[in-house]
Amino acid sequence: MSSATLVSPPPAPGAPLTKKALTADHPTWCPGCGDFAVLASFYRALEKLQYPHEKIVTFAGIGCSSRFPYFVNTHGGHFIHGRALPFSAGISLGNDDLHVFVFGGDGDGFSIGGNHLVHTARKNPNLTYVIMDNSVYGLTKKQTSPTSPIGFKSKTDPWGAIDQPINPMRTLLNSGATFIARSHATQVNHMTEMMLRAAKHKGFSVVEILSECVEFFEGAFDAAIPRKGGSWKLVDEKKHDGSPEDANRHDVTDEVAAFKLASESWPGSFGVFYETNQRKTKNELEADIIAKAKERTKGATDLQVLQSTFAKLR
Amino acid sequence: MVSPNTPETQGGSAGSASAPRSIQDVVIRLAGNSQDGIQSIGGFLARLAGRSDQDVMTYMTIPSTISGGPSIFQVRMGTGDILSAGDRSDMLVAFYQHSYDAHISSLRPGGVLLYDSDHVTPNAEDKRFTQIAVPITTGTVEAVGGTSKDKGKNIYVLGVIARIFDLDVQKLATLIKERFGGKNEDVVRNAMLAFDAGYAWPQNNLSDLFYRFDAVEKAAIATGRPQVTLDGNTAIAYGLLTAGVRHGAGYPITPWSSIMETLRTELPKYGGIFVQCEDEIAAISTALGFSFTGNLAITGSSGPGLSLKMEALGWATMAEMPLIVVNVQRGGPSTGMPTNVEQSDLMQAIYGSHGDTPRVVLAPKNVEDCYYIAIEACRIAREYSTPVLILTDQGLSSRIEVFEEPDLAKLMQKPGADLSDRPATFKPYPLDAITHHAPAGSKVLTGKYPTVTGLEHDEMGHPTGSSKLHTQMNAKRREKIKTLAASLPAPELNGDSAGEVLLVTWGSTWGPAKEALVRVRAAGIKAGHLHIRHVHPLPNGLEEIFKRYHKIVVAELNDEGVYGFGQFATMLRGRYANPAIVSVAKTDGLSFKVSELVAGVAKHIESTALDATLATSRPSALAAR
Repeated sequence: MSSATLVSPPPAPGAPLTKKALTADHPTWCPGCGDFAVLASFYRALEKLQYPHEKIVTFAGIGCSSRFPYFVNTHGGHFIHGRALPFSAGISLGNDDLHVFVFGGDGDGFSIGGNHLVHTARKNPNLTYVIMDNSVYGLTKKQTSPTSPIGFKSKTDPWGAIDQPINPMRTLLNSGATFIARSHATQVNHMTEMMLRAAKHKGFSVVEILSECVEFFEGAFDAAIPRKGGSWKLVDEKKHDGSPEDANRHDVTDEVAAFKLASESWPGSFGVFYETNQRKTKNELEADIIAKAKERTKGATDLQVLQSTFAKLR
Repeated sequence: MVSPNTPETQGGSAGSASAPRSIQDVVIRLAGNSQDGIQSIGGFLARLAGRSDQDVMTYMTIPSTISGGPSIFQVRMGTGDILSAGDRSDMLVAFYQHSYDAHISSLRPGGVLLYDSDHVTPNAEDKRFTQIAVPITTGTVEAVGGTSKDKGKNIYVLGVIARIFDLDVQKLATLIKERFGGKNEDVVRNAMLAFDAGYAWPQNNLSDLFYRFDAVEKAAIATGRPQVTLDGNTAIAYGLLTAGVRHGAGYPITPWSSIMETLRTELPKYGGIFVQCEDEIAAISTALGFSFTGNLAITGSSGPGLSLKMEALGWATMAEMPLIVVNVQRGGPSTGMPTNVEQSDLMQAIYGSHGDTPRVVLAPKNVEDCYYIAIEACRIAREYSTPVLILTDQGLSSRIEVFEEPDLAKLMQKPGADLSDRPATFKPYPLDAITHHAPAGSKVLTGKYPTVTGLEHDEMGHPTGSSKLHTQMNAKRREKIKTLAASLPAPELNGDSAGEVLLVTWGSTWGPAKEALVRVRAAGIKAGHLHIRHVHPLPNGLEEIFKRYHKIVVAELNDEGVYGFGQFATMLRGRYANPAIVSVAKTDGLSFKVSELVAGVAKHIESTALDATLATSRPSALAAR
């Protein structure tokens, strides 16, 4: 391959990380796909975060949206269907300095990877998961997905979907995710803000983004697009300003209030539903175990620990 | 275990004036329930042997229940090489009637049945064996007293055995104190009371049942390193720790679980981490995530779990990600016989997954080899950026063997990811070199970062639909495995270097096959034994070895299949197209007995001498003369 000759010169040391440096292959998504805007928001978020380039990881499973890592110039990977989360947990726990971003769709996250979503939330590794929910299997060309609404006509339900769809926000709350937000691919500023807050959260942070598949589920999320007659309703977060109106605002640390938000009728609210800093991350909990073990071995080297183990086998 | 007891201390009581009879080795089978702690008798005997000059091998089964089920432990101990668990036992210790009923057939003619007279009524008409009633339960209760009931029966029996075989009481007492020392004083005192009572019983009642292992010159151990006693799963775990593995992930399944338990508890001491995942797929995925950060990781399972990992294992080949996968084989398919041994995951280990997935499969031959093969697996995984499977089995997983402590200072490897800057020439998938990834966290000086991927890709990791690149990349992934094959040492060949028959084995069949070879050659047959640890890729040059024998008998613990050949035999026939390759296969859930291997050879060659060997049944070394 001659690609080595085509690359632009490396950025000067200390130069800010720009969209240009973060751009890789041209996206293969269909024209009009909501995922383009998600990608644009991610570039913006990274430009604001200014992490060291080599410490950013963009990872994904399988699906249209899971092509994401090819379009972002960072360390990245494209794994098997539905298993990006446990892999990314390994990345996060394997090197605590990394900033791990995982992208995927509704099939990847809620169907084949549903069990991993629950358990990753439970374990709370330090990483950010962006679910680009289009409520249809797009890469395989229009089958019912776990978030397809009842009545949605697909190739696997030509008469209309009959199975109750997953409520992503309720599922995430119930699993114990420590940061849960919801956004819409037509709202770039909002998406960027949600990604920024998710990235800064310590622990497992999830942003679900309604991202329309113009090819197989056109108009799926029009109900939240004002210019198409829908309503864009933001979560009115508590400001803790002591004002009387603040009492009625949403407290992001209130799990029951978050469940209420998650149970609103379609299209519901957008913003941060829930965030807690009360639970330690898996990274911290494992580090605690290591610290305690090291305390007991009184700073012995690996070799000394192994030698004393073998001495007990004599 | 030459007795350190002085003549004065031996047989101190009046009834024990007779001198001990000399024996070379003995097979003792202990049969009871799993809460009786009979494994700990085996553990004590094994470790005692480890501190003596004996070679000791044990054979253990535990039902896949937490407690209450029938359980046996078989220990063979003696002087010289002990290569197998022993086909039949010389002494059976039966704790219950069901233990007697189920295991009396394992006793050699002339052997000793030692039974708990409080629980067992043997067939008094059976004159094939020496029957000895020992009040194990009441003896223990009387000795220990108090509220401990019959807890300590195992230590009582250890005392009985110690006296009968004139074992080193001082060393045993030390071992008991070490074992129970962490608990309160009462526990050690009770254990010693039970032990002394057990020791006194034969001394006072069985003066003529008194043996001593042949004295052998203490083997000159050049290294001066002590002997260690451990099981195969533990040996693998410590091998991985030695090789610098600090990350792993798993999901519980018998008989793999003890490896993950060991790593979970040991790794934090080394600054490492082992994650218990929600399922087998998450486990291999998390392990691959660790490897992605440049930290070679381990996952593992047993047959059904390995099947679940197959898709991700295919990714590991495609993405060329180093990984260690331990598979502890058990009886299959499906849940099968989870606490029995089988070698039926070979094809799954080599060829499982989808598409063409060349990878490396190593099989340890004994417990000591479990340790060294784990280190070798890590070297190969790192050097060739490939998944490596360690294909062990249920037999090795819990078998306790004694071997020389490894040279830890020499073998210990420095862990950690190589996060050094990658030069402008860096490519994740070069066509003309073996892949070595730039782990996440390392700077690539071009400013262009790689994508590690399961899609077919070009040299930079970009997805491609090019048929030319798919062909080239398949060749790349294949050729590195062939490069490895060319670097492998010739496998171990024992016996005649040419002749009538070559016995070929892999995995835990090594020990019994080595003994079988002695018996086959004793019958006047020119025979060799070839043992293969690198089951995939095979080392080069085997065709030359195979040509030197009329028959190549491949023995393995799996089914002969629809076409009449076990899995390894099928592979060897496919590889070498040599019609002299024949198969001996069985699936009774047990390791090969030496006699089964001799019979397997006899089936494929004509030899009246060998047939005669098989027809004779050797009486027990303990038989009364």
